[in-house]
Amino acid sequence: MNFTRRAALMTSAAIAANVVDPFRAFAQTAPRKGGVFVVHYGAEQRQLNPSIQASTGVYIVSGKIQEPLVDLDAAGNPVGVLAESWESTPDGKTITFKLRRNVTWHDGKPFTSADVQFTAMEMWKKVLNYGTTLQLFLTAVDTPDPHTAIFRYERPMPLNLLLRALPDLGYITAKHLYENGDVRQNPLNLAPVGTGPFKFVQYERGQHIIADRHDGYWKGPANLDRIVWRVITDRSAAAAQMEAGQLHYSPFSGLTISDMARLAKDRRFIVSTKGNEGNARTNTLEFNFRRRELADIKVRQAIAHAINVPFFIENFLGDFAKLGTGPIPSVSTDFYPGPNTPQYPYDKARAIRLLDEAGLRPGAGGTRLTLRLLPAPWGEDISLWATFIQQSLGEVGIRVEVVRNDGGGFLKSVYADHAFDLATGWHQYRNDPAVSTTVWYRSGQPAGAPWTNQWGWKDDVIDKVIDDAATEVDPVKRKALYAEFVTKANAALPLWMPIEQIFVTTITARARNHSNTPRWGSSSWHDLWLAE
Amino acid sequence: MRVLNLAGRRLAASIPTLILILVGVFLLLQFAPGDTVDAMMAQMGGGDARTAEDLRRFYGLDLSVSAQLGNYLWRLVRFDLGFSAIYGKPVATVIAERLPATILLMTASLSFAFFFGLILGVIAARGVNKWPDTLISTVGLIFYATPSFWFGLMAIVVFSIYLQWLPAGGLSDITSTATGIRAVLDTARHLILPTLTLGLIFLAIYLRIMRASMLEVLNLDFVRTARSKGLDETRIITRHVLRNALLPMVTLIGLQAGTMLGGSVVVESVFSLPGLGRLAYESVVQRDLNTLLGIIFVSALLVITVNFIVDLIYARLDPRITTGV
Repeated sequence: MNFTRRAALMTSAAIAANVVDPFRAFAQTAPRKGGVFVVHYGAEQRQLNPSIQASTGVYIVSGKIQEPLVDLDAAGNPVGVLAESWESTPDGKTITFKLRRNVTWHDGKPFTSADVQFTAMEMWKKVLNYGTTLQLFLTAVDTPDPHTAIFRYERPMPLNLLLRALPDLGYITAKHLYENGDVRQNPLNLAPVGTGPFKFVQYERGQHIIADRHDGYWKGPANLDRIVWRVITDRSAAAAQMEAGQLHYSPFSGLTISDMARLAKDRRFIVSTKGNEGNARTNTLEFNFRRRELADIKVRQAIAHAINVPFFIENFLGDFAKLGTGPIPSVSTDFYPGPNTPQYPYDKARAIRLLDEAGLRPGAGGTRLTLRLLPAPWGEDISLWATFIQQSLGEVGIRVEVVRNDGGGFLKSVYADHAFDLATGWHQYRNDPAVSTTVWYRSGQPAGAPWTNQWGWKDDVIDKVIDDAATEVDPVKRKALYAEFVTKANAALPLWMPIEQIFVTTITARARNHSNTPRWGSSSWHDLWLAE
Repeated sequence: MRVLNLAGRRLAASIPTLILILVGVFLLLQFAPGDTVDAMMAQMGGGDARTAEDLRRFYGLDLSVSAQLGNYLWRLVRFDLGFSAIYGKPVATVIAERLPATILLMTASLSFAFFFGLILGVIAARGVNKWPDTLISTVGLIFYATPSFWFGLMAIVVFSIYLQWLPAGGLSDITSTATGIRAVLDTARHLILPTLTLGLIFLAIYLRIMRASMLEVLNLDFVRTARSKGLDETRIITRHVLRNALLPMVTLIGLQAGTMLGGSVVVESVFSLPGLGRLAYESVVQRDLNTLLGIIFVSALLVITVNFIVDLIYARLDPRITTGV
């Protein structure tokens, strides 16, 4: 043995450190078992099965109970959950998943490829929002053995698209519990059964949901004993309950901007966008081309140039937002084309010149044009942004009337009745532009489909780029196609996406192993624990 | 038997009103843009056109407005409140789940307001224009003028965050496993702040009404007679004045039983309580017509019942008022 003096010193120093503060060393390495984690649940959903409804309001609960085929790891790359490995044929029409063995449902029945087949064909393809579009060309799922599921597609399905969509759109439901009757009316939709680290216990509408640790979890039992989701609809009340210690975690920007900024200075809490990179969104400004003036590119450009976006972000949104550069946000490392696409920096003189060139001269009281702006009612940032647009455009002679509706009213007026001139809301980016981004630009969307191209605008070149990218199996070519898409979309400006935001997490500083994946709020939390 | 007879007649008289209210609300909601599927899409954060179309068929929204209204009224005749789109359960079950919390909150704060309003009103009237009267009236005015959401939030900041005496919200502590009397005490602790918040505004109204009506009765001839008979002041107040001064208070309770149901949306939201007010609000936002009409139906029944009871109490307080039998 070659025992050097230096090594001996270091070893004794390490021991000494442990002697001096043994608890500290222990607390940093070994997770504490037990404890109840209490989560703010702001918007109750109609049902909790993530194979039937894709939304963060479902994942925040059922993501601990049911599991997807794949999730994203800390670096944002697909990692197997119920699937262990996958491969695609070169033509992209056959994708084979090898499934994890020795996984059981909470009722003790084994998880097999029949569950995958049933969920994909009966739920993802028929019912799941966004799933129906993603799996439109899925023709069959073959199950040669209980641990292999072969997805067969009519048209090429890029493997990287499927793998980036599946963390959200790839949750599996047990076939034996759902094969009889309408899947949407199954009572288990409000009492989910899954393979995850926590099993459902109770749901009291308007009050709370409870799930307990599942000791038979395939990765080994979770650290927490129990998770409680408390239904709190009032944001200020939720912040008060965080401070009173009745809540541990408020996900997805569940508190008001001012409360988040306040709690960020409090050492008892961690307020951060970390762990939400997989839930990026952009603020939009949508134009209705049926309004003659807005069909003129100069008017749309003038509107964009008239709004000082960096000023708005700095003064109203603070650290939780940044300047956006188009439909693909910068957190999307696989597809972000960089900032060198057509942009519209604040330039009031240019905005006025463009309006003059478009033939919109100031009339009585300096007004060139009057427009109706419909802001979506979710998120106070949208409301602030709408007011900021109104005041900015007022300075270049465009009078804006802000018409506020509730959720249902907003979607109907904008996306079904087209009763708007300008609209503003969020575009949710779901890790691949083909999932829920390109529909904002692709023509031929039926009236009434929310968050799609309802502008009365059509561009054949952009349509073709979108279609080509959706079936391009070569990842390098696909990325190039999406860069072309962003460049052309920004130049045509049918809508504008000038602000990028990531949801904000407010969590107790006692939590450990939190926010460690890009969609942590939706993930299973099997390694989460609470320090004393 | 006479009471039952009267109750039956009262109910029959209120049926046309009830139908008018239900049809009116149904039609009003048709004017609101968007339906329950739009609201659901908003809640899900997205969906494609195929999903939306499918859901509309699922919820029976492809029928005409008159057909939907006809269906609803026909179901109501058979005492079937229908199925809730948001909750996926029969509306009657959904409402039954929310009723206990609402009734608990309502009776607690009404009793609180009535009791303290009465006492403070009497004290103020007896010391009219002296310092107790000025103090009580000023405090009452402050309570009356302050919005209840602010009261609620401030109560949380003081009693839950700084002093940590009372819980900040919810109906019970779900992280504890208390049962029996401890569970009841736990719920009572959770109800203190919401009850006070909701009750303070009503307290302000009651004490003002009580004060005014006491002052009026105190000047009547029979009070002078009682005094000249040599009765002591306490006896005059409790036996002669109070009983007569209570009539307006009882009227007010009848009126406010209805207001309390609607007025608790704010308090229920601030204190995260699962009551009818929040349910009604969510039903409007979610365009869940069946649930909303169900709540209106139940609330209307409740108001009719309370008013009926008030009428009976009238007769008891003042035998000159007959119940019309």
